[in-house]
Formats: sequence, structure tokens, C-alpha cells
Amino acid sequence: MGTDAIETASATADAGDQHSGGSFAGSARRAVPIVGQYVVSIAVALGLCAILVSATGGSASRVFAALLDGSLRSPGAWGLTITTATPLLVVAVGTIVGAKAGMSNIGQEGQLLLGAAAMAFIATRLDLPGPLLLTVSFIGACAVGGLWAGLAALMKFTRKVPEVISTLLLIFVASQITTFGLTRKWLLLAKENTSRTNNGEPLPDAAKMPSLNIFGNQVSWGAVIALVLTAVVGVVLARTTIGFRLRMLGLNPRTARRFGVSAVGVGGGALMFSGAAAGLGGGLWLSGGAAGDRFTGAISSSIGWQGLLVALLAREKAALAIPMAFVFAGLRTGSGFLAATGVDRRIADVVQAMLVLALLIPPAIEALQRRRSGSGAAA
Amino acid sequence: MIAFGESLWDVVSSSTMYSSTVRFAALIVFAAIGEWVAEKSGTMNISVEGMILTGAFTAALGSYWFENPWAAVFVGLLGGFLVAAIHANMSHRLGANQFVVGLTLNVLAVGLTAFLDAQVDPTVVRVEEFRIPILADIPLIGDALFDRTWVLYLIYPLVPLAWFLVYRTRWGLEVRSVGENPQAADVSGIDVNKRRRQAVYFCGACAGLAGAYLTVGQSGSFAADGVSGRGYLALAAVIFGGWTLKGTIAGALVFGVFQALGSAYQALGYEANPSLLGSLPYVMAIATLLLFAYRSRQPESLGRPFVRGLT
Repeated sequence: MGTDAIETASATADAGDQHSGGSFAGSARRAVPIVGQYVVSIAVALGLCAILVSATGGSASRVFAALLDGSLRSPGAWGLTITTATPLLVVAVGTIVGAKAGMSNIGQEGQLLLGAAAMAFIATRLDLPGPLLLTVSFIGACAVGGLWAGLAALMKFTRKVPEVISTLLLIFVASQITTFGLTRKWLLLAKENTSRTNNGEPLPDAAKMPSLNIFGNQVSWGAVIALVLTAVVGVVLARTTIGFRLRMLGLNPRTARRFGVSAVGVGGGALMFSGAAAGLGGGLWLSGGAAGDRFTGAISSSIGWQGLLVALLAREKAALAIPMAFVFAGLRTGSGFLAATGVDRRIADVVQAMLVLALLIPPAIEALQRRRSGSGAAA
Repeated sequence: MIAFGESLWDVVSSSTMYSSTVRFAALIVFAAIGEWVAEKSGTMNISVEGMILTGAFTAALGSYWFENPWAAVFVGLLGGFLVAAIHANMSHRLGANQFVVGLTLNVLAVGLTAFLDAQVDPTVVRVEEFRIPILADIPLIGDALFDRTWVLYLIYPLVPLAWFLVYRTRWGLEVRSVGENPQAADVSGIDVNKRRRQAVYFCGACAGLAGAYLTVGQSGSFAADGVSGRGYLALAAVIFGGWTLKGTIAGALVFGVFQALGSAYQALGYEANPSLLGSLPYVMAIATLLLFAYRSRQPESLGRPFVRGLT
């Protein structure tokens, strides 16, 4: 981020501080500058991306128009965007549960890949009627993703291996495992592989997620599953004992231990839940059809990473993850339309990461201001 | 099984093995030295991957613009430094979560370098090998260590430099103290977050060199997937080494050996599944973490942000 963004934003915050006297009325007035800071941060991030596009010979306005066309305006586009947002949301919700318990799972990319692989393995082998096959393969996807994260939990609680590093390293192991699986017919490779790359068997029709037709947009039923999951997680985290224990463990592990919250049970469970959600995301992504009709080695294509970014953007609030997942999915589907502008499609990845960085700044500045004014009052 | 043992012996006793071990390990060593300093100050710097990637790309840009390898390496170093500057100021000035910032920077580096590579497409001039007389004639390891590009030789002064900085200067003492007990360091008048920022800058410069070595010294081109997780092996190497410099370098060499094993095994014509061999360094990294993470003594406040007051 540019330093001018930081300075502008902190100047706004200073102005806000003069008005608010630290009273309750002050906090309401203070809300305006915080919103202002967000607006400034996002504007600077998008501005930098626009400069980047212009500096490399593209046209920022055409890129913007193409992104809008690809994600919303062209026929059937927003249906595809919602279908793409589905795995992002599921991954993000799982990550939020882990983060609430103080578990930094950052291996979603690998968990998602293995989840999709498990789904493909089960769905191409069992001969079951539609909904049952989907249910069974989703359970398989959840189980594999959850167990993969469970490895990290096991290592954390038995051998004190930090989960930040173990989940990261497991991504690369997972990716090599699926590459290996795609060289063996008894694992993932198609019986008659015609393509030059090793691909999986096409999914049977029963394993394809049915979609709703809304005004010519095909919206996968997976989106409904994702929304229900988000709602359930939001309620469980905010309103139930288990949610309370989870948050207590994340906020203050020492207090949590005194209250009898088991770090292994609750923390490990939260980590495994986030892995299971990533695995389910992989299953939904594969069955949603937006990534083709079969398993390939490149199927995850950063869905796991982007889901993680969505969770970071939502700052541990499940409800906020819904619009964020939609925005990220829009950038992703929109980038498919960039070829005509002559700008590389990966500008969408840049925009995503810049947005995350930009949205980190205002709350950080606010916390800084609060600390400074707090220590001033104490002295 | 005997055939496998024989093939393994063939691989281990071949000079290609030593040569490619150094080839793979060099990247990790550069990055791990920087990461070690950053972790000594209490920063778990997972953006090291993004720093290497950015350094690799900016080195390619430098080579393209200036057509001079020295300039390319310097620009590579600046690239790593730039990522470090963002990370350090966001984490240790604004107080944003260091894992979140690091992770986002990694994602940004992947997207940005791939995008710019597609838009600019820089051509790189690879640096030729420079054989150091006498030293290069040492059997087995001579060729591997002393018949290389000069970019790799930068490791040899960098190791003692890092050691001297951390263990023999006032700055190093302060860096170690802010990693162990930031509250005490703060009370004794050390600017904790400033020292942490500086340690991250150092890490960025080292990781930038790692990237420059990859582009200018090794492959002679920039590949968007050229780093692909090897920066994380540098993180594992520091844990392997129990937060000592020589252990860290040993760890980097071990991971280099396992990467080399994969490629040398195939180069000698033995049948083995490439993807299983490819996962070897990561599996080994996890295995070493299982062995060493438990008993080693990490800096007391590694990964914890410093906030003045009662925490």
C-alpha cells in the first residue's frame, strides 16, 4: 500500500478524534471517519490497480467494464458468479470457525483439492440415485478435508508443531498426492483418458449439482447449502455454549483452560471443521460444474486461497463473508472476459489481494488510536 | 529392495547429487538466513515466499532494463525489500496481524508477478559460472560449491555477516531481546517495533537475493511458479535448526538434499513416480518439524505482536 493512503487515513482519524470526547455519543460520531477510512483505503487500492493497468499499456476503464460484464451484466453471468461464490463462502465460513478458536488454518487450498479428489473418487464409483450419491460424496469430501486438517491438529497437540506451518506444507503434499492419483487408474485417472494431461473420469450426471433457473441464470443448489451452513455457523458461534467455548479459547486460552474448555477437543475440532468445510468446498466446486465436468490436477486453482482471503476480509463475521465471497467470485468470473481488453486476467488476483490489504488498514489505525488515547488518559 | 538400495547408493555417490543439492539448497539458504533474523526478533515471517517471488521477478526486470547482472541482483534485492517494507510497516507499525499480512502479501506476489510477467515479459541474461581455482578441485564437493555463478558466492559472506550482526553487535542484542521479552526490552529503552521492522527488512533483502539467485544465477528466466512453496521450506529450516544459524543452514541443506534426491534419481535413469519424489522435501520438512519443534527453544514471543502495557 502507498504511504499516502496511510497518511490520508490517519489524518481522517485524527479529525475524528478531536470531535469525539471518548463518550458514548462520541463513538457514534466516530463511526463516520471509520467509514471514510474504508472508502479511502479501497479507493487507493483500486486506484493503484488502475495505475498498474495503465502503466502496462491497458485501459483501466475497459478492464472495469469487462469485469462487470463477465461477473454481472452478460447473460447468465451472475448465476455463474453465485456458483463460483459457493465454494469460496464455504471455505471462508470454515476458516472463520477455526480463527475464532485461535487456529490459523491456512492450508485450505490443499484440503479443498483433496476434498474434490475424494468427491470425484466416490462419485465415479458408486451407483446411487442423485441426491444420495451427492450426499455420500460430500460426506467423503468433508471427511478427507477434515482429516487432512486433523493431521495438522494432531501434530500441534502432540508435538507442538505450529499449525500455520504444517497446514501450509501439507498443501504441497496434497497437490503431489492428487498428481500421483491422476497417474493411476485405480485412483483418479479416467479409464479412457484422451487428453494430453492426466484427467479424472467425467462425473456421472447424478453427481452434478442440480441448478435453479432464475431469469436465465443457472444458480447451483450448492449456493443454498452454503447459505444454510453460513447461517448455522453464525448462530452456533454467537448463541450456543459450544460457540462461546470456542470464542473463549480464541480470545484467552488461559481463561478457557480454567473454565474447563479443552484446547485439544475444541481447538482441534475447530481446525478439523475448517478442513472439512474446505473439503466440502472442493466437492461443491467440482459438482457445481463451473470448473468442468471432471477432476483435474488444477481444479482448485486458488479457490482455497481466495476463500481464505474472504474469511480475512469478513474479519471473523460469518454474515459478512457472504457479500465478500460474492465480490471475489465476481472478480474471478469477470476476469474471464479480460482477454478482449488485452490485459492479463491475473489482474483480478491483484485486485483481490490489494482489497484485503486495504481493508486491513482502517481497523489497525483505529486500534492504534485507541491505544494512544488510552495510554494518554492513564498518564 | 536390494535394487532400490543400489539405486539409492548410485544416486548418493554421484557428483550430480552434490551439485544439485547445492543448486536447490542455495535458494533456501539465502531465504532461511533472513527468516532466521526475522524470527529472532519475534516475527514469524510467512511472507518470505512472496519476498522471494517478488525478488525473482524484479531481478528479471533489472536484467531486462539494465542488461547487467549486478544491477539485476540489486534490483532483486530491492524487490524483496519492498515486500518487507509493506509487511514490516503494516505489522509492526500499524499492528495488523502478521500472519494475515504475510499471507495476503504472498497471494499478492503470486498475482502481481504473474500479471506483470505476462504484460512485460522480461528477458533475462543468465550469469555464467565462475570457477574458483584450487577450491573447486576439492573432490566431490569442490565442483558443487566453487564452480558456480558469483550470485551463489554471495552466501559465503552473508552467513558470517548475519552471525556477526545478530551475536556481536548492539543491534543484534536488541533484536534478540525484542524476540525474547519485548516488555523488558521496551522498559530498557529499546524501540521494539522498530527493531522488528529492521529485522524484517533484513529478511526481505536476503529473500530478494534468493529470488535474484533463482532468476539470474540459476534458471535464466522468470517462471511464475518457480518458487512454488520453497519459501515455506525456509520457515521449516529455521525450526529444524532450533533457531541457531548453523542449524538453520543445515536444515536448508537437508531440504536441498531431498529435492536433489528426487531429480537425481530420475536423471540417472531410475523409474520412480515424479510426484511422489516431488513431495519428498515437504514430507521431510513436516517430519523434521515433528522431531524438532517440540524440544527446541524458540524466541519467547515469536509471532506475538508487541503492544505496550500489561499483556
